[in-house]
Amino acid sequence: MSVYLDNAATTPVRAEVLTEYTKYLQLLGNPSSVHTSGQLVRQALEEARESLAKTIDCDRSEVLFTSGGTESTNLAIKGIYWQRSAENSKRNVIITAGTEHHGVIDPIEWLEAQQSAEIVLVPVNFDGEIDLDWLAEYLTADHERVALISLMWANNETGVITDINKVTALAKKYLIPVHTDAVAAFGHMPTSFKDSGLQAMSISAHKIGGPVGVGALIVSRSTKLVSIIHGGGQERGMRSGTMNAPAAKAFALAAEICIQNLHSEIQRTQLLSDRLVAEVSAITENISLTAAKANRLANITHFTLAGASGESLLFLLDQKGIFVSTGSACQAGVNRPSHVLIAMGRTEDQAKGCLRITFGHDNTEADVECVIQELPAAIESALSAGLSSQ
Amino acid sequence: MKVLAAMSGGVDSAVAAARAVEAGHEVVGVHLALSRMPGTLRTGSRGCCTIEDSMDAQRAANLIGIPYYVWDFSEKFKAEVVDDFISEYNSGRTPNPCMRCNERIKFAALLEKALALGFDAVCTGHYASLLTDEEGNLELHRSMALAKDQSYVLGVLTSEQLKHSMFPIGHTASKDVIRAEAAARGLSVAAKPDSYDICFIPEGDTQDWLAERLGSTAGEIVDMDGNVLGNHQGAHGFTVGQRKGLQLGKPAVDGKPRYVLAVDVITNKVVVGPQQALAVVEISGDRFTWCGKPKENPETFFDAHVQVRAHGEQVPATVAVVDGALVMRLEEPILGVAPGQTAVVYLGTRVLAQTTIDRTVSAVDAFSTGSASAGA
Repeated sequence: MSVYLDNAATTPVRAEVLTEYTKYLQLLGNPSSVHTSGQLVRQALEEARESLAKTIDCDRSEVLFTSGGTESTNLAIKGIYWQRSAENSKRNVIITAGTEHHGVIDPIEWLEAQQSAEIVLVPVNFDGEIDLDWLAEYLTADHERVALISLMWANNETGVITDINKVTALAKKYLIPVHTDAVAAFGHMPTSFKDSGLQAMSISAHKIGGPVGVGALIVSRSTKLVSIIHGGGQERGMRSGTMNAPAAKAFALAAEICIQNLHSEIQRTQLLSDRLVAEVSAITENISLTAAKANRLANITHFTLAGASGESLLFLLDQKGIFVSTGSACQAGVNRPSHVLIAMGRTEDQAKGCLRITFGHDNTEADVECVIQELPAAIESALSAGLSSQ
Repeated sequence: MKVLAAMSGGVDSAVAAARAVEAGHEVVGVHLALSRMPGTLRTGSRGCCTIEDSMDAQRAANLIGIPYYVWDFSEKFKAEVVDDFISEYNSGRTPNPCMRCNERIKFAALLEKALALGFDAVCTGHYASLLTDEEGNLELHRSMALAKDQSYVLGVLTSEQLKHSMFPIGHTASKDVIRAEAAARGLSVAAKPDSYDICFIPEGDTQDWLAERLGSTAGEIVDMDGNVLGNHQGAHGFTVGQRKGLQLGKPAVDGKPRYVLAVDVITNKVVVGPQQALAVVEISGDRFTWCGKPKENPETFFDAHVQVRAHGEQVPATVAVVDGALVMRLEEPILGVAPGQTAVVYLGTRVLAQTTIDRTVSAVDAFSTGSASAGA
């Protein structure tokens, strides 16, 4: 028996979504073909676009299908940066934060290394909240040099939510485009694109019960960006390559189900999280809820364990069939100290003792029971193994 | 037993893990991440630190049918092995990093963590054999595959560590047998080349690597009488016994090649001389450990064999503990032994003890290293 509690990494594909996906995989035709066979696939693709637009609360023409979250963030960041710096060569500043996902940080660092971009990091407090007053002051002083702002809507490791409307309100004064990485947020909290004031938003299917390999970049109609992939000119010339209609269909259905059940799911997962936090905090004083004071997603619960490595904890729980994560980026299967926790002012050692438990649509009270049962012994062993790197 | 199989991504550790499974143990494969940036440290299949190596280990674990994890020991590895390697060279000594890794990482940090997390033993792909004497004491012996024997680098293991160690391929006749077995098991690492270099030195050029870290200051190359023969670009680039790369224009009076006899990092001088001056007849070390049961009456000189290099020949010697130091009087001189190297004492095929060499006594008068020899 196994319990999957790593839904922020990826989610199980919903049964209805799988049926939809396989159904459209059998449909023959290239959506760009003129003949009827191709037109039927194009129709499916456009249905998906329209349906997804509804769940996002945007115009259908604002949806660009991509291969996933990372392609979306790359297109948004590089595309907007190139457009804005071409319009005015003084604009080379990209504003972001140290708690962003690598899918955002790495393209920005690439622009810094290769194209003379300048990175400005908005300070982050101990609870992972970004300092909007600082941002306001910075923009007042130096807005002319800013090419774009990219700040995530909700953090994938800690679940901390940023008030994105406040960010866009600040940026609007100076007509600075704002992109948000909403991969963790979309489908887990209300995310109306229309009300957000955003110019671009990245989302992904496999975080909400859809398949891996499809995502979208939502770009407001007034926003110009330069394409990063060149070819047949599909997706309004912004994303060349044959469009993946079956995946788009699956994504749209997964999003529809998620948004329909959004409020009840938030309530349900909040109860699971509350129970988990109460029980886990009682095990030992070494473990505590991360970002306890911040506004957080209901489905992501992140703990910090002093004096043990998340690596040990993960191993012990995995041996019991419980699948969780430390939340930090993995390279070759190695858990590195989380850059998110370090940006939040933790030391490397503190950032190693992480445990992230994330709920999905099929987790139940029984799964929480299971973790609560196994965790005390695992924590004890992990503490006795200590921080192996020392 | 619950066994942790340390899997480097090479063929030996893969076969060792497979054999541990077949012996009926509950085996979990663990790859040790020893570099902070695995992608940039090494490419190809020469070391044990690349992403490819961890992928190879994972594929092998999948095929064997055991769980697989990567554990991060990069910080400890840097502190205990890499920094130690640099500081030893900086003191004019010649360290053995594989030995340090076994002593402080694989059979220390890893073993401790494994025991804390519920394992009984650590299994590796070392060519060495564990035997039990009549009293039930564990003994470490040379591998049956003498050409591949790695008992030397395991000489640092104590009784307690031996108790929790497993070397399932030690009783194999040769590496070819291991490769054939790996191929028969369908392991894709069967034909992977052996690694010989130091795993944390990317290009395999130790001198350049050290110069980058220690800097290099030009100095003099002198003979045994202190006469200046030439100049060098940095003393760290030289090891005792080295003949090539001295670039001395003037030949020796006797026309014979000259060798590095000593590297003095304090005066930044490299001392060279004839081959016979390299011959060492006695070595000793203050920090020594017994591998398994200690020798009885070690204060009395006893017959044994001594090996000072991982792939070196053993020489007959008489050995004793004198004033707290392990003293080895060599019956046949060994050429170019340097302080910092490890000497391992064998009784037959059994590993008895090991020490890091602090002093050597040269066959040529007045060319000993370290302070006055404890045994002289």
